[in-house]
Order: sequence, then C-alpha cells, then structure tokens
Amino acid sequence: MNTIDRRRFIKLVGGSSALLAMLGPLAAFSKSSKTTGRVIVVGGGFGGSTCAKYLKRFDPNLDVTLIDSVSRFVTCPFSNAVLSGFREMNDISHGYGMQTKRGVKVIQAMVQEVDTTSKKIKLNTGKQLSYDRLVLAPGIDFKWEDVDGLTVADSQVMPHAWKGGSQTTLLRNQLKAMSDGGVVIVAPPDNPFRCPPGPYERVSLIAHYLKQHKPKSKILILDAKAKFSKQPLFTQAWELLYPGMIEWVSGSKGGRIDRVDVATHTLYTEVGDKHKGDVVNFIPPQKAGVIVHRAGLTNNSDWCPVDQRTFESKVHAGIHIIGDASIAGKMPKSGFAANSQGKVCAAAIVSSIHGIVMPEPSYVNTCYSLAAPDYGISVAAVYRYSKDKGIYKVKGSGGVSPKDADQAFRAAEARYAVGWYDSITSDAFG
Amino acid sequence: MRILFSIKTLLILVIFFTGSTSVIAVEITQGLMLSNTCAACHGTDGKSPGAIPSINGKSVRFLSQALKEFRAGTRPSTVMGRHAKGYSDKEINMIAEYFSRQK
Repeated sequence: MNTIDRRRFIKLVGGSSALLAMLGPLAAFSKSSKTTGRVIVVGGGFGGSTCAKYLKRFDPNLDVTLIDSVSRFVTCPFSNAVLSGFREMNDISHGYGMQTKRGVKVIQAMVQEVDTTSKKIKLNTGKQLSYDRLVLAPGIDFKWEDVDGLTVADSQVMPHAWKGGSQTTLLRNQLKAMSDGGVVIVAPPDNPFRCPPGPYERVSLIAHYLKQHKPKSKILILDAKAKFSKQPLFTQAWELLYPGMIEWVSGSKGGRIDRVDVATHTLYTEVGDKHKGDVVNFIPPQKAGVIVHRAGLTNNSDWCPVDQRTFESKVHAGIHIIGDASIAGKMPKSGFAANSQGKVCAAAIVSSIHGIVMPEPSYVNTCYSLAAPDYGISVAAVYRYSKDKGIYKVKGSGGVSPKDADQAFRAAEARYAVGWYDSITSDAFG
Repeated sequence: MRILFSIKTLLILVIFFTGSTSVIAVEITQGLMLSNTCAACHGTDGKSPGAIPSINGKSVRFLSQALKEFRAGTRPSTVMGRHAKGYSDKEINMIAEYFSRQK
C-alpha cells in the first residue's frame, strides 16, 4: 500500500490524525492476514499491467499476482522508432518494479495450464497457484499454418517484429545491413490484427531511415486488405515526405500472399505474382495468445468472447480476458484499448468481490502514428456499452486528424504522440 | 488497567479494520469510470509525466469549460475536440469534478 492509497483509505473511513498514526501498521497487518480475494493477472503488457495496478488502487487488500514470461516488457508502440533509429530498445522496455512496490506479487514464468474447475493455474516452474478471479491478457499469437511454407522458425529470417523484443532488434539489424537500392517488403495481415495503423507507421518510419541513409531503396507493401487505417493521411504523408519510395499493393489487386519461400526471400501472391525482397517483414495472420486457446476460452474466430461490460469470459465464469485476445466490440486491438479495458475489468472485479454495482463503463482509444519524427497523425474514439450492441462508438465522437492540417498541426501531434507514450507507459508500468 | 484498556481498544480497531471485506480504497463512481480513460494520455490521476498537459487539481469551472469549448470547436485542439464530442454536459461535469479533486 503506497502513501497515496493509504491517505485515501483513511479519508474514506474518516480517520482522525490519532487514528492515522495507528492505522499505518494496522493496514499493513490487515493486508497480509486478511485479503478480500486472490486475483491472478497473466500477461504484463498494456492490458495486464494496467489491470493489476488498478485492482490494487481500487482495493489494496486484494491479493494481486502478475505473471509474465519476461522481466521487462518491450512495447510495440515506438518499436517503429527503434527500426527507424531514433529510439533505443531500452527506451521501449519497462520493468515491474513499481508493481512490486505497490504490493503486487510479480512472478516471471509461463502459465502452462488453467484448471477452470479447481481454479488453479500451473506454471512452467512446477508451481501451482489458486485464484478467485483470473485475468488473462496474453496478447496475440500467429497463424503460421495459414500461409503455405511458413513456420515459426522462419521469423528468424523474415521477422514479423509484431511483438516487441528480439524480433524488433532483428529487423532493425537487417535494415542496417541492407545496401542502398535494396527493396524492403512489408506484408501486413488481414483483419483483425494488433494495431491496425501499425504497419503503415512502420513503412513511414523505415522510409524515414532509408531517405537519410539509403535513398535509392524502395518499400513495397503487399497488403492482405483492400484498405487500411488512416489511409488518406498516410498516403498524403508518403507523397509529401517520401515521393516515389513507397508502393502499396491492395489485397484486391494482388497484394495478398498465400505462399512464401523463406530461403530466397520470395513472397508469392494469390494472383500468381512473385516478389523478392532484400528485407522481408512478413506479418502473419493473427489469433489470440496461446494460453486462452489451451484454456478453451476462444470461439471459432480464434479470439475470446467476453461480456464486454466486465470482460468476463462467456465460456468460463471467474475468468476475464482483456486486450488483443478479447472480442471487444468496436474497439481496435491496441495498447490504448487494452489499457482502457484493464481499468474497466479491474473495476468490474472489485465491484463484484465487494457486492456493489459497477457504474456504466466508458472506454477510449487513441492511436497516434508517426509518418516522421515531426509528423504525427491520430485516430480516436469514445466507446460505451449496451446490452444489444456490446461496446459501440459514441456517435459524433472520434475520427482521424484533419486532411488539410498544416505542418504545425502535424508537428503538435508528433509531440503529443511522444507525450502519449510517456503517459500511457507510466499509467501501465509506473 | 490502562494497558488492558488500550489492548481492548486496539482489538476493536483490528476487528473493525480487518474484519470487514467491504472497504475499498477508492469509491468506484461514474466520474471515476469516465475519468480513468483520460489517464492514458494525461497520466494516472491526470498527472502527466510528458508533453501532454496535466489536468489534476484544476478547478471544476476551468476543466468543464475547456471540455465544452473543445466539444463546440471554439477552443483549438488536435485531438481533444474529437474526444469531447463523446460526452454529455453531465458527464463533462463529473470528469471535471474528478480531476479537480486529484491533487
């Protein structure tokens, strides 16, 4: 329990200053001896880490455990800036020290099994943990099997870099090693996938790098989709900043890949064309993370159906799924959305444990993209829940940055993109 | 006798503060549900560590007026106009009240 929480706690119970002096040790005592419930959060990304933090903020007497396979989480947001060379891996890596400080138990391990009947999880360390509520925030996994010739091992040659970490470094190193005049292929997947504008920000920031260091190079986008997020804004930025460097092939006009030959860096499209790249960033089709499949929480879409008001699984009661792995109505799969869902889920769990009715949830998403370090664009929306529609966008809210904005506006959005990153990472990991 | 008394008091206090399971540190209100979404850009409790303005501890009047002007388009913004259109007057007031209390 940190000091701020303790102050609030005291304020709530109406403590006098004499009580205040006594309550410190008592509160600490009550925390260890009497918990209001055991909540295990699996996955320490934007969704899971936010949820663990807000669970503890709402109810310091909850026994909260956060489990992730890594000791430092590497974000996808701003990983494209690493590829471009103006951020380092360390800038996008976040530990869980603050979680420990506020009393969240942090365990570095993989969850191998969820026993929904006995409410236990089994870790790869052999340890078993019991829960009253389980929150799963595993993010995404890839459908390797959907592309002829593709296996997980191939990502060591053609990195997806769609999870932050060694894949980001690998793609960065390949871009650095490529000679001037080379061809970079970026192949984004079909919907739904993590971070809809992400591939196009990536193209922009790779172009930013190439323009400075390898200006004769080209980027070819072989897209599974017929259109993409913020398309008019990205297209406008590419024409202005990187004329002649970027070509986008729509999924309806031969962009869709159905076979790869990893040895020769060649992608075969479904219309029979073949494209060879010096660097190939093939982003495979996606599904919810491994653990929710293993726990039987997905439906035939390969994502998890949940009550979109509480994120409780529609398959098993007492288990909540947040972030990319969940089916969250109109919300996109983004770090921002996961952060928003993590708080709603925490409020739902605490309300349920204490037998109170949770007020109506509200959710927000904002996705900033950089077309260059000083050129930002965004898409935003406010969401609510209704029983009929699930999570829906509030009419009139949100939308994309204006098409006719001047350079000062784009520069302001680029500054806010950085400000957003500082804020959301402190909200999730700080 | 005096020692006995204080032990008794202590026990009562222990029972009072640990026996109940309904004590929550933060009351989960509608205003909190709305305001928590702002933290992703403005920081936890509206305290921003970076380029986006902090909004904690500002007056209710200032915050609600700013949000209403963003919504009407009379106050220039990059993204706030698009956000503010998602909230009614009543909701804006709840958000303004929430952040005014975050010191």
